[in-house]
Amino acid sequence: MTSNPLRKLLFDEKIRSIWIQALIVGLFAFLVYTVSQTTAYNLEKRGIGTGFEFLQMSAGYDISFSLIDFTSKDTHLRAYFVGVLNTLLVSVTGIFLATILGFLVGVIRLSSNWLFRNIAYVYVEFTRNVPVLLQIILWYSILIHLPKVKQAVQFLEYFYLTNRGLYSPSPIFLEGFRFVAWSFVIAIIFTSFLKKYLKKKQNITGNQYPIFYINSAIIIFTPILIFYIMGMPMEFSHPVIKGFNFQGGMVLRPEFMGMLLGLSIYTAAFISETVRSGIMAVSKGQREASQALGLKSNFIMRLIIIPQALRVIIPPLTSQYLNLTKNSSLGIAIGYSDLVHGFGGISLNQTGKAIEIMLIVMVTYLIMSLTISLLMNIYNRTVQFKGNA
Amino acid sequence: MTKIKSLFISLLLTLGVSSAIAGSHGSTLDLVKDRGFLKCGSNTGLAGFGLPNDDGVWEGIDVDVCRAVAAAVFGDASKVEYVPTTSKVRFTVLQSGEVDMLSRNTTWTLQRDVELGLEFVGVNYYDGQGFMVPASLGVSSASELDGASVCIQVGTTTEMNLADFFSANGMSYEAVPVETNSEADAAYTAGRCDVYTTDASGLYASRAGYPDPSAHVVLPEIVSKEPLGPSVRHGDSAWADIVRWSLNAMIIGEEKGITSANVDEMKNSKDPEVLRLLGVNQVGDTGAGYGQWLNLSDDWAYNILQQVGNYSESFERHIGPNTPINIQRGLNALYKDGGILYAPPFR
Repeated sequence: MTSNPLRKLLFDEKIRSIWIQALIVGLFAFLVYTVSQTTAYNLEKRGIGTGFEFLQMSAGYDISFSLIDFTSKDTHLRAYFVGVLNTLLVSVTGIFLATILGFLVGVIRLSSNWLFRNIAYVYVEFTRNVPVLLQIILWYSILIHLPKVKQAVQFLEYFYLTNRGLYSPSPIFLEGFRFVAWSFVIAIIFTSFLKKYLKKKQNITGNQYPIFYINSAIIIFTPILIFYIMGMPMEFSHPVIKGFNFQGGMVLRPEFMGMLLGLSIYTAAFISETVRSGIMAVSKGQREASQALGLKSNFIMRLIIIPQALRVIIPPLTSQYLNLTKNSSLGIAIGYSDLVHGFGGISLNQTGKAIEIMLIVMVTYLIMSLTISLLMNIYNRTVQFKGNA
Repeated sequence: MTKIKSLFISLLLTLGVSSAIAGSHGSTLDLVKDRGFLKCGSNTGLAGFGLPNDDGVWEGIDVDVCRAVAAAVFGDASKVEYVPTTSKVRFTVLQSGEVDMLSRNTTWTLQRDVELGLEFVGVNYYDGQGFMVPASLGVSSASELDGASVCIQVGTTTEMNLADFFSANGMSYEAVPVETNSEADAAYTAGRCDVYTTDASGLYASRAGYPDPSAHVVLPEIVSKEPLGPSVRHGDSAWADIVRWSLNAMIIGEEKGITSANVDEMKNSKDPEVLRLLGVNQVGDTGAGYGQWLNLSDDWAYNILQQVGNYSESFERHIGPNTPINIQRGLNALYKDGGILYAPPFR
């Protein structure tokens, strides 16, 4: 039973695991290599051009829903950026709405009010169990059956609701408005210092200050004051019917609204369950102990329950955010000009570069998802329990 | 250890299979014959061009080209499996070999013919992009469409023609891009857009399906050339020839007045071209007919005309004035009748 090197190779656990792992990595690399070689060979044999030069070619089609200027003479690369921005727009606003709605519903599901609790229950069970694609199509169908442009529903004087979107006045910033914007930024910076100062004072003296109200007032009223001092440097462009459509103002298109409603209402149901489980995971003793200390019930929630619940909530919340972002690719079903629909759809068809474009789109989603994960992990670290457990 | 072993074996098998698939490239004709039926890429559903009827049987003038090829190869027009393709995946489906040919209202362009590795073999419908608007809008010309919302079915040459037309006329528009024909119909009839634009044939087909077809008008402007035709993969010219001449046989059939009803009588015709087409006359005195050049039986064209009929029959059956689609022959009439349909001589 001396150490025969060959026997060692087979029976030494450490060495064996090394060569098995190396072999699997090698096989995987070989697989990737073979697949890509075969693809390249077949593409070449069939006379299909490859490469990324098409990105510099002019796209030839128009995208009407865009955050940056885009005409048919712009390149496919710019069409890509339009798509990325539209995907981010619906994802970020969707995450924002879903989080608010999800937290609200999660708390309501734990409420002692029978009616509210059960409405929330029905909402969660319904939206969670119907495919999100159907919900998006449902919302879109409702939205495009709103009144037509000529019969637009007017409300709040300057707002119009039609089946081509919700039209609202758009602000035009005049000379001097930047002072208002700057005052807003300065107010935010100032309040963060003020908060630190007042907290410190509270720790020393024991006096409590309504920090939230003070800071909110500063942030809201400083810009308003400056706005009036500068002589109201802002005008509005109002939507007016001209020919086929409203001209001027801003518009929220039904494609965007359909996506936003579908995604956020669907995801909010999952988030609410996450929130509920997080709150319920905080042991009952915590609440009872804080009640025994005589804390007010909103303090118990804010200072005792939520911080501990967040530790449970954040990791599954992250995956809900990722789901929402990836589900935004369903925009293709209702013609929302996101990354998959525009660049991954129209550009693909114009150029025929399926492999290149799909690679770019996949890598883009990967980067978006990893960024969300990274940000959420950083946030997660700040809410986790610090010190010895 | 057995687990690891079986893992290795399955891995090797996967690799083996994938290289086997990559390695198979015989002639398409042999492949089709071995398989016993033709795989034809069709539309997902466009009335009159390619759509399953109430019994689930595919019908339409694009479908008839597939049937003609099956009739030529197998002597049986029904030996076709239809693979519905969206406008987005159609080329990939053909390139990857999942179908043997594509016959689904596809515009012949330089890029598709050359850069995408396709081979267009002819034109079975001369189309052009048109605009449809509700009659109640009171618009009579496409040049009055400044500022309109336009529904476009994406993944076609349509969005490029649209962009060009509007910028050339200094007009603006809101593009509402939709994925399929039925979604475009839904958005247009709901009033999400004022105008629906696609190939004029598609507009007629859509209109036929609306509750009140007369409430919609197709504007007179045709803003593009859209020669629609069947295509095959680049690189197998023999197969391309078979598809090309299957279509030509239908057109020559109309030119010579051969229909599915009189095809047997026509075998007694005095016109040598008819006799060559129907496989009666031989090539010189070789003892073989004209099928040998295509590696087909000599009655291949006879089978097409008997089972599918000539071009005119196909047209009248699916999209002509007596159908709900109601399209006039127009450009698609024979060159003798004022159209541009013209097949090379059969000799």
